[in-house]
Amino acid sequence: MNEVIKITPATKPDDWATDQEVRWCPGCGDYAILKAVQRTMPELGVEPHNTVFISGIGCSSRFPYYMETYGFHTIHGRAPTIATGVKLANPALDVWIITGDGDGLSIGGNHMLHLIRRNLDCQLLLFNNEIYGLTKGQYSPTSRTGTRSPTSPAGSLESPVKPCAFALGAGGRFVARTIDTAQKHMPEVLKRAHANKGTSFVEIYQNCVVYNDGVFDQFTEKKQAPQTQIWLEHGKPMLFAGGTKGLKLNRETLRLEVVEVTDGDTSQVIVHDETNKAVANMLIDMPFPQFPVALGVLYCDPDASFDTAMEARHAKLAGAKAADFNALLRRGQSWEVK
Amino acid sequence: MATAVKAPADAGGTDSKIIQRDSVVVRFAGDSGDGMQLTGGQFTLSTALAGNDLATFPDFPAEIRAPQGTLFGVSAFQINFGSTRIETAGDQPDVLVAMNPAALKTNLPMLRKGGLIIADSGEFGERNLKKAHYAGNPLEDGSLEPWQLLAFDISKQTLESVKPFGLGNKDALRCKNMWTLGLALWMFGRDREPLINWLRGKFAKNELLRDANIAALNAGHAYGETAELAGPLKQFRLAAADVQPGLYRTVTGADAIALGLVAGGQLSGLPMFFGGYPITPASAILHALAKLGEFDVTTFQAEDEIAAIGAAIGAAWAGNLAVTSSSGPGIALKTEAIGLAVMTELPLVIINSQRGGPSTGLPTKTEQSDLYQAVYGRNGDAPLPVIATRSPADCFEATIEACRLAVQFMTPVMLLTDGYIANAAEPWRVPEASDFEPFPVLFHEEPPAEGAKYNPFTRDPETLKRQWVRPGTPGLMHRVGGIEKSYATGNIDYSAENHQRMTDTRKAKVDGIARYIPAQAVEVGNDHGPLVVVGWGSTYGPIRQAVELLRTQGHDVAHVHIRHIWPLPANLGELLRRYDRILVPEMNTGQLKTLLRDQFLVDAKPLNKVSGQPFRIAEIEAAIREMLDA
Repeated sequence: MNEVIKITPATKPDDWATDQEVRWCPGCGDYAILKAVQRTMPELGVEPHNTVFISGIGCSSRFPYYMETYGFHTIHGRAPTIATGVKLANPALDVWIITGDGDGLSIGGNHMLHLIRRNLDCQLLLFNNEIYGLTKGQYSPTSRTGTRSPTSPAGSLESPVKPCAFALGAGGRFVARTIDTAQKHMPEVLKRAHANKGTSFVEIYQNCVVYNDGVFDQFTEKKQAPQTQIWLEHGKPMLFAGGTKGLKLNRETLRLEVVEVTDGDTSQVIVHDETNKAVANMLIDMPFPQFPVALGVLYCDPDASFDTAMEARHAKLAGAKAADFNALLRRGQSWEVK
Repeated sequence: MATAVKAPADAGGTDSKIIQRDSVVVRFAGDSGDGMQLTGGQFTLSTALAGNDLATFPDFPAEIRAPQGTLFGVSAFQINFGSTRIETAGDQPDVLVAMNPAALKTNLPMLRKGGLIIADSGEFGERNLKKAHYAGNPLEDGSLEPWQLLAFDISKQTLESVKPFGLGNKDALRCKNMWTLGLALWMFGRDREPLINWLRGKFAKNELLRDANIAALNAGHAYGETAELAGPLKQFRLAAADVQPGLYRTVTGADAIALGLVAGGQLSGLPMFFGGYPITPASAILHALAKLGEFDVTTFQAEDEIAAIGAAIGAAWAGNLAVTSSSGPGIALKTEAIGLAVMTELPLVIINSQRGGPSTGLPTKTEQSDLYQAVYGRNGDAPLPVIATRSPADCFEATIEACRLAVQFMTPVMLLTDGYIANAAEPWRVPEASDFEPFPVLFHEEPPAEGAKYNPFTRDPETLKRQWVRPGTPGLMHRVGGIEKSYATGNIDYSAENHQRMTDTRKAKVDGIARYIPAQAVEVGNDHGPLVVVGWGSTYGPIRQAVELLRTQGHDVAHVHIRHIWPLPANLGELLRRYDRILVPEMNTGQLKTLLRDQFLVDAKPLNKVSGQPFRIAEIEAAIREMLDA
């Protein structure tokens, strides 16, 4: 085809939305995340036809159907594997993985581990609602101990996994956390995730209105938020509660402590260095409500991505020798029968 | 490197020490650390260079280094070669080389009565005899009377021959296999030069080992010459086989599949993506391809079988010729993802190197018991084409055929091979790339009319294949997935009539492939008659030889061998009904038999073997005779 294809630039959030009716429960946190993503896309300087959304199975995994991009709704837990093939086959594509706590950390935990350790260049958004929604409310691997559900009527006995700790433990180079309702902050986190070349892991606390409503209220409730949330910014002191409190590193116990900040004296408060993995681990591990919940980019220390390394290998091979298939067929010991 | 084939060595006139044969079966057996597979492989090469036709059967344990001297640690390599057409590794060895008591004990039952045993008496000490559960020394107690026995201290001879190099005892004894190979070369009048060249290459970085191995090889050969003077050793002479002129090399099935995949990439004009996870006996394909990156091949060693196929599906969607490969247990793990490839109608080649099952089963032994799994083994109505390879060399063309069907019909294709084919070697007349018809892929790139939404399930009215659109193509954004989609729009659609229509369409597409594959031919014999033997896969060799043998004795028997297991060739039912009786030998409990009965309502009778060993010609011959007499 010789005709020049006209591409209408997708500059508005609506340009990134399909005509499909969104089928999440009314009030589901997924709507807010979809909105934030559609608002962020026009600001990333990317085109819908070079953008790919890949999901597994679960409520969150319906996401690709609502994005006017290329999309693949795969099978339970396996989105990282399909994303790996897509990115290796065409590294020019901008790949987003949408998963949930069950999809990504239970049935797909193994793939998540290897995706992160390989550092495939993609953005992975894990919608954490601490419950299995689509299968009607069973406890999930992130559910808190004691969670009552159809499969744990007397309360679950298991310890939950912390998604960000998992990502760091797997060797993740970019780990961030946000909240479905944080419409101001989430686009900033998404932009940072997109800018990072490698696996950008973003945990999003997402409220399931039907099976786990209000599970995050203790720290998402608006009035309490300044006291219960700490938004981290690289190079800035770790302050919350309107700048009246901060986090201090006790050099003797090597633990974080909450300190009062008076008269703007932040000398005790540590400065967020997002390349510091040890501190990132502490931030993720802070118990609530003794500490606020750490949000924003918790860790970012880029390293070479898997697809880049693979591309370099191919470029080297392509430059090294001309591939002669007939010569390949004759490689090794051969003999002529006359 | 091409070497011209030499005229067969001088027949030797009336010398009783030189035996003229049409074909000989030799079996090398030793401890899994003795290097028997290497010895066999090099003997194969020398046999090929001598112009004989050949077939091999590497038969090794699942343990990498089982405890030395034990019965379960025995590794064997069998080769059948001759001046006639060779289709199998041979029913019964004529010569057994036994490197220790355990090798003798486990392999003796196969040896033809009157056959020759060559044993390393140096290894028949009390300790090794005990490990092999021998009460006395079989080399001395007369129990080997029914065979010819040549026992001498190969270990000692080897140590003597490498003495000048000052190797430690362990390293020196490692040269035993080369000493033995040298003796075998003498026995069959073979040229040592190609093997000496090979050793020079193999030990290029270690002159000491290079020279020691060459010395051991020469010493084994010299021992034959000396022993010949003394009396007991005999030499065999075989004329070169009468084969089609051309350039030849030996290939294993795994190598031929790797080459076939590269060819598939070249013929389709697509980069190739191979997702694999280590599993016996399929890993050899991944090993071979990992070295071929310059042919636009990406190999990805995934974290598990599911990830291997997941990545392949992703690469297929992105526009690559995608391949995944495993063995039965791994294919079982991939099954859900195969369903996804069926549902999204993406091209994908899935290779199953079958092994003994179920579960872990017999990892290093052969079986054909995954036919049901290939044809039926998925949830939902999930049809896909299934192709079977029949021999190592045949793997090349069968693989190209699998690639062709995948991209021409936008469907996953299962390619069935097995452990025997994967590891066995045979001579292969090297084709030219230009011998094959290219099947270039044209991606759909034209956007729909202004305002219209693109339907990824827009189909070719003839073949029903859907369009292949690569992500990255402007104006054709679409979503695919495992959930049922509308025939008309490609959007999610659970409605009753739509699911009926999509299921019917997926079936009709795969059924319709029967119109685009070759009609079933008869391998040997007439296209009608009292009896046809129907096979698939690696039973090709023994079936063909059994049928040919009976035909030379005047029996009207035919051989039909099926490559396209699903869909079956359009003429097959009509062809089978032209015979009075149908015999289906399979290394399973009757899977193709069931398929043929189901599809054609014919009275196919099974002949089954699931011992982990290939059929013998004699077993099939006996079954045919019994059926003819009935």
